[in-house]
Amino acid sequence: MSNLEQKPFNVREIREEFPALRQQVYGKNLIYFDNGATSQKPKLVLDAINLFYSKENANIHRGVHYLSQRATTDYEAARQRIQRYLSARKSEEIIFTKGTTDSINLVAFSYGSTLSAGDEILISAMEHHSNIVPWQMLCERQGCILKVAPINQRGELIMDEFDKLLSKKTKLVAITHISNTLGTVNPIKEIIQKAHAVGSKVLIDGAQSIQHMRINVKELDCDFYVFSSHKVFGPTGIGVLYGKEEILDRMPPYQGGGDMIARVTFERTTYNELPFKFEAGTPHIAGGICLGKAFEFLESVDMEAAERHERELAKYAEDMLDTFEGLQIIGEAKNKTSVVSFSLKGIHPFDIGTLLDKQGIAVRTGHHCTQPLMDFYGIPGTVRASFAFYNTKQEIDTFVEAVERSLSMLK
Amino acid sequence: MNLTEKQEEIIQEFEVFDDWMEKYEYIIDLGKDLPKIDDANKTEDRLIEGCQSRVWLDSHFNNGKMHFTADSDAIITKGIIGLLIRVLDGEEPKDIATADLFFISKIGLQEHLSPTRANGLLGMVKRLKLEAIKHISAA
Repeated sequence: MSNLEQKPFNVREIREEFPALRQQVYGKNLIYFDNGATSQKPKLVLDAINLFYSKENANIHRGVHYLSQRATTDYEAARQRIQRYLSARKSEEIIFTKGTTDSINLVAFSYGSTLSAGDEILISAMEHHSNIVPWQMLCERQGCILKVAPINQRGELIMDEFDKLLSKKTKLVAITHISNTLGTVNPIKEIIQKAHAVGSKVLIDGAQSIQHMRINVKELDCDFYVFSSHKVFGPTGIGVLYGKEEILDRMPPYQGGGDMIARVTFERTTYNELPFKFEAGTPHIAGGICLGKAFEFLESVDMEAAERHERELAKYAEDMLDTFEGLQIIGEAKNKTSVVSFSLKGIHPFDIGTLLDKQGIAVRTGHHCTQPLMDFYGIPGTVRASFAFYNTKQEIDTFVEAVERSLSMLK
Repeated sequence: MNLTEKQEEIIQEFEVFDDWMEKYEYIIDLGKDLPKIDDANKTEDRLIEGCQSRVWLDSHFNNGKMHFTADSDAIITKGIIGLLIRVLDGEEPKDIATADLFFISKIGLQEHLSPTRANGLLGMVKRLKLEAIKHISAA
């Protein structure tokens, strides 16, 4: 597996790696500010997708032939690369899933099946629906109780309230690292320590953090960390569940099928070892290999400098947007990442989003799959600009002008 | 003017616009001019929930013709509603039920009626047609 050298952070050079950024929509240069929904892909990943299906395509883990062995080697090498990137102890702790949602459902069904009536799951008020609904379904199945830690108006978790809700009854704290709607960065290290002190396990929803900062699961000491490939510059349809080996080992399989078994008879089936126990059926082979490529790309990026750049972009955008009358920034946490969500008095986010689109700017509008959070703020939705390290201040200038033009049309 | 002629008239009106922003400026103006539905009448049974914007539709059957009032919380959605009503209001149920609303794609707004757009418009057209069908079967 080749390694790219880490270079000093340079936006222009990074943009060169992303062909999708160099195109026009409706006759305008595309400005892609919907990175919270999905990221664009670097050439390294795109070329790997093409190469896989052109030269390597074969099923893995069982073929005796050349292509199958090569695909298996590459797929497992990707797992090892992800393990190293996350600083996980073993590659067996890296389970390939379909994405964040699938990873959370795996834990909710498998780890969840070991819980009893009255056991509590603690989440926060800023969770994505995918970190709410699987727990509600678990509560219905097992009689567990879902507790929700509240947030303040700035969009920060109220730690005093969190502490009050955490108890010996808490069996799992499932919390987002970074809010997809607000950009709030939660103090997960503190949360993990506190949860462990009462004997609870912790699942970190990393869907919005893996692409913005270097994650070290050993240092964090989280029990589960989950994310989607497509938000971290890899292909869609694949994601990761990191889990501590001793916990995964004790968890029953989630789905049954091929690859996850050791021996099948009609009387009794024994299961394969980690990670295969949780990977029933032919996986998204190309996806796994190319997610490995996405991490190879990330290794070449100075992530600390990239994060500083992204936060600067967000601050720059917020300062400019703040001057618009009737505009309210939603999510003003002291520690926040490159998400700028806003609402405008008397103007529907959908209208702004439509007009920005026609000016070549991709943003997300709506409730961002966080309806309870929208209810908390009493708004139908927000306009969300979410930046990646390949975005620039010039793009923000154009975006702000486009917002201004849209507002003048809508008022 | 029949259903087809009304649609052709709209297509002609849109031909003068050079770019998207002009087109939307016009749609927004239509939205602003469309009569509102009173908040008291924005009831659950009139609501068509979209993921993004919401639409309320009220229909009446009078002397063999259908009449519609509709509203939305988003102004662009409302403007497009204005166009749909202009075409369908005052028509006979059988013509509405079978209407091919070709003008929408001709003026480049088909994205607003795609299932992925989730702005309530597709649901509104379905509801309009269902209301019309009810009156055909009642007749």
